[in-house]
Formats: sequence, structure tokens, C-alpha cells
Amino acid sequence: MNNHNTLLDIQNLSVEFRTDDGVVKAVNDMSLQIERGKTLGLVGETGAGKTTTALSILRLIPDPPGVITGGSITLDGEDILAASKHQLEKMRGSLVSMIFQDPMTSLNPVLPVGEQIAEVYILHERINKQEAAKKAGEMLELVGIPASRGRDYPHQFSGGMKQRVVIAMALACNPKLLIADEPTTALDVTIQAQVLKLMKELKSKYDMSMLMITHDLGIVAEVCDEVSVMYAGRVVEHGTLEDIYEHTAHPYTEGLFHSIPNIDARAHRLIPIPGLMPDPTDLPPGCPFAPRCSYAVEECSKALPTRIQLSDTHSVSCILRQKEE
Amino acid sequence: MHKYIFKRILMMIPVVIGVSLLVFMVLKMTPGDPARVVAGSEADEATVAQIREELGLNKPVLQQYVDYMAGMLHGDMGNSYTTGKPVFSEILSRMPTTFILAFAGVLVAVLIGIPLGIISATKQYSILDNISTLLALTGVAMPNFWLGLMLILVFALQLGWLPSGGVTSWQGYILPAVTLGVGATANFMRTTRSSMLEVIRQDYIRTVRAKGANEKRVILRHALRNALIPVITVIGLQIGTLLGGAVVNETVFSLPGVGMLMINSINKKDEPVVLGCLITFAVVFSLVNLFVDILYAYIDPRIKSQYR
Repeated sequence: MNNHNTLLDIQNLSVEFRTDDGVVKAVNDMSLQIERGKTLGLVGETGAGKTTTALSILRLIPDPPGVITGGSITLDGEDILAASKHQLEKMRGSLVSMIFQDPMTSLNPVLPVGEQIAEVYILHERINKQEAAKKAGEMLELVGIPASRGRDYPHQFSGGMKQRVVIAMALACNPKLLIADEPTTALDVTIQAQVLKLMKELKSKYDMSMLMITHDLGIVAEVCDEVSVMYAGRVVEHGTLEDIYEHTAHPYTEGLFHSIPNIDARAHRLIPIPGLMPDPTDLPPGCPFAPRCSYAVEECSKALPTRIQLSDTHSVSCILRQKEE
Repeated sequence: MHKYIFKRILMMIPVVIGVSLLVFMVLKMTPGDPARVVAGSEADEATVAQIREELGLNKPVLQQYVDYMAGMLHGDMGNSYTTGKPVFSEILSRMPTTFILAFAGVLVAVLIGIPLGIISATKQYSILDNISTLLALTGVAMPNFWLGLMLILVFALQLGWLPSGGVTSWQGYILPAVTLGVGATANFMRTTRSSMLEVIRQDYIRTVRAKGANEKRVILRHALRNALIPVITVIGLQIGTLLGGAVVNETVFSLPGVGMLMINSINKKDEPVVLGCLITFAVVFSLVNLFVDILYAYIDPRIKSQYR
């Protein structure tokens, strides 16, 4: 599984938040891999642990209360969990970058955007302020913003433009891995399409790998090569786009598909997944999806289902599939 | 921006009218006859009446006020009843002492309060944070004049390191400035701490960390500037308190400042000087707060676009 073509390898990662109200098990025994040049979609509803997983890669989980309790993260051959503070600072922004969900709040309001992009160069490349400013201007042009606007402040840009600035900042030092945490959720639908197109173009131009975090299966279909479906801190199904879309194996994934509008069958009502995600401070002993699953049998709530390989690329954690075997 | 500043300066006119009217009326309500004070206790009634006439004190109170304000419009704040010198020059000659004192007090408070606030916020609930909080509470709770007296006792009388009063050398300013600064230090520290705590939880701080910036850069370059806005507001307001504190402090340390002049003038019922001092304080306070508002615009570009 672990070969040199793998850029990011997360094995059995567990993260919890120790709060006064109890221990929140945000990520549980989670594994995923991303190959060089590929895009992995990480799908799941709010609270599934997607962002926590992403922040773990950068080691930016707020500590306290967040603690990585187990597992390993290997990025480009480096053991992230063993890296020193200084190593992590060198890595962030140059080897791996992250685009956050809300562009409205992810830029410093009191500094011109050009300066904020230039800072990445100053931090990671040994160049002076003028050169950094010039490169920042080039980066702005690349994302479709005139370089002269680098002197403007974040509040002078629209949401879509701000997200372009954030993208420019993330790509400035040509990272090998780009983590995009719901990069279009806060944007208008028309702007979403533009930003996605831009990200796709830049990704192939720079030959990066990408971890696309989203709850929108439409976005996944558009930009991803592979998909991991996450539920209550675990990956419940993983496969290529075809595996997931054509041979859906997990009842939760099926539920996700039923919850999105289909343009070819407009007359159909959406079928939402009943109930809510289990309380992460008190996860059930069995399959965490069992209480909401319409296929659930008695055994489901007794023990965690093991992961089964349906094909070379497709795996699922569900007792029903185990029985079929 | 210029238009905004002009508007703000215009707004100082009602402030000055309000302050002067209030003080004028209060002074007139206090017992005692200024003319008697000027004439001296030995003088006969005729002399006192003549002086009253000369000073215009026999006119109706409102008429006196209007006359006074008319003089103000020409830059004439009247003459001191006791020395006969123009009030304006009396105040002007004592202004530097008060300004140096207030400025030194603010400087002490800023230099100690803001760094302590930053440390407290970045190391929340650490021993250092708890110690600073304790010190801050002590600083706020201590009365100014008492602290001044204690400092004189220890550093001037016991140890003999610093002068107990007067401003013959710069050392004379140390004790008064520290006394004045302590309360403000505590205030600045608490404000910096809470503002900083709020800022370091913001998304854009996470973005800066994700860029690979080290903690020092995150705090000093990105967080501090955002956290300073409420702190600067407090500094501006605190200057008013410090000017008031200067009155007490100048008396405790016998410094020849505007505060001391005012206290002496109140005792002698030297009305024009008391009025002049209070109006000066009001104008200085308004100007400082205007300066603070202009400073906002340089710290936060979002505010600049709102100034019209």
C-alpha cells in the first residue's frame, strides 16, 4: 500500500478534543492515501471529522483541547507527527497548503492582500521584499486579479475574489499537496463554478495532489479522482469516482446520493437521511451509522464492521457486504 | 478624511461651551467673594465694591458668562485675580510639566501593560497569566494618592534614591509617572489580554499559521495590530483619567503643573484661572480622542472608508 508514488499516507489516525463536557472523538482510526498528482475527495456531513483530519496534516489542531491520540501521517516521506515545530513551520505553505472554507474571514483585515501573499515567499524563499511583492503580483494575475489590486485590503474584494486571493496565497510556493476545505461552500453558485475551474486548471498546471473536502457530491464528480466517504470520524467507503457513483456500496453513501437533487428526475422528492450523526462524546459500540440505517440488522450495533475490499480500488466498512461475500 | 477631521474639530465647540457653562455656574454657586479675596481681608467695603466693579462681578451671572466667552473668542481667557497675569500665559507656562507627567504615565502603562497583556493572552491560564492578573487587580484597586505617598516613603525617604518632589531634574518625574501609570497599566493589560484572546481565535490567524509563520510573527505582525484597536480606545479615554490624576499627583509630589495651579486657584477663588484650566483639560481631552480616532484609520483600513 505504501509505495513512493504515495504523497500522503494517513494510517489509523485518531484525534480527540478533551473538553470540560467530555471527550469528543472527532477522528477515529481513520486511514487515507493520496497519490502524487491525484485528487481525493473527502465527503461527509458537517461534524464527520473532515476538517479535523485536514488540520491534523498541518498539525494545526488547536491544542488544547485537541490531541492526536494515535496513528501516523506521512507526507512526502516525512513523519508529520514526529516533526519539530521548526520543521512544521518550514513545511506549512511550501510542501502543503490549505484553503479554508470561509474566504471572508481567512484574510487578515488590516494588511493589503499583496503583502499577505508576499509573506509566503518571504517565509519560504530567501528573497527580499521587492522580489516577493513582484512574485505576489504575478500570482494575483494567475488567479485573474490585476496585480495593481495587491495594494487593496480584503474588505475591498468580493467573496469570490477573496477566495482567489486565498488560492494565490496557497499556491505561491508551489506545494505538493493542496488541502481545500470546502473552498466553495461560502460562495454563490456561479462563483463556485469559476473558482472550481480555476483550481482544476492550477492543479494540473502545477502537478499538485489535492485533498478536496466537501459535502457536495457534484463537486466531487467534477474535480476528484478518488473519493473517501467519512462518517463519525471514520472512512466508511473508499473508491474511484466510478466505484462510488456507479457501484455505491455503503448505505450512508447511498443516503448522500438520495439527498441531492437530480436534474434528470426533477419530479422526485429528495429522500433525506433520517436522524442525526451520533454524539461524538458518546459513540455507539457498533457501526456508528446503524441507528440511521434502513438496512440495519441486529449485529450492526454490536461490533464495528471491518473494512472489506470489494475490488482493487473499492473498499467499504459494512456488515451487509461482509455477508454477501 | 480631512473633512472628517474638520467636522470633529467643529464638534469641540459645543463641548467647550458645555464645559465652560457648567464650571462657570458651579463656581458662582460656591460661597465666598472673589473681590474680597483680591482686596484682602483688611480692605474696607468701598475698595471691595470698587474691585467688584472693575472685575465686572456686579453684573448678572449670565452677562458675566457671555462677556467671558466673548473674550475667549479673541483668545483672551482673562487675567488671574491673584497675580494679575493673563490666564493663558499662566497655564501655558505650567503645561509642559503636566504634559510630561501624563505622557510619562501613559508611556509606563503602555510599555508594561501591553506586553504583559500579550503574554497573558498567548499563555492563557499559565502562572504568568495569573500573576499579571493579580498585579492588574492590585493596580486598579490602589488609590493613586496613597501609592504616591508610599513610593515617596520608600524610594525618597527610606532609600533616598529619588527626589520626593519638584522637577529640578528628570529623576523628579519617575515616581509621579509610575504612580500615575500603575492604574492605567492594569487597565491596558486587561484590555490587551481580552482583545488578543479574541483575535488569536480568528480564522485569519489560522491562515497565517498555515502559511508557515512562526509564533512570534503570528502574534506581533498579524494578531497585535488587530488587537490594538480596543486598546487604543482605552488609552485615549485613560488620558482623561490621567489628567485628573495629574491634579492629585502634582499636589502629592509638589510639581508646578496645571493641576497644581488649578488646586491653588480653587483655594483662592481665582475663577478665571480655574475656568481656564478646566477648559484646557476639556480641549486636550477632545484633541487626544480625535487623534485616537484618526489613529484607528491607520491601524484598520476598514474604518478609514467609514470616515466621512
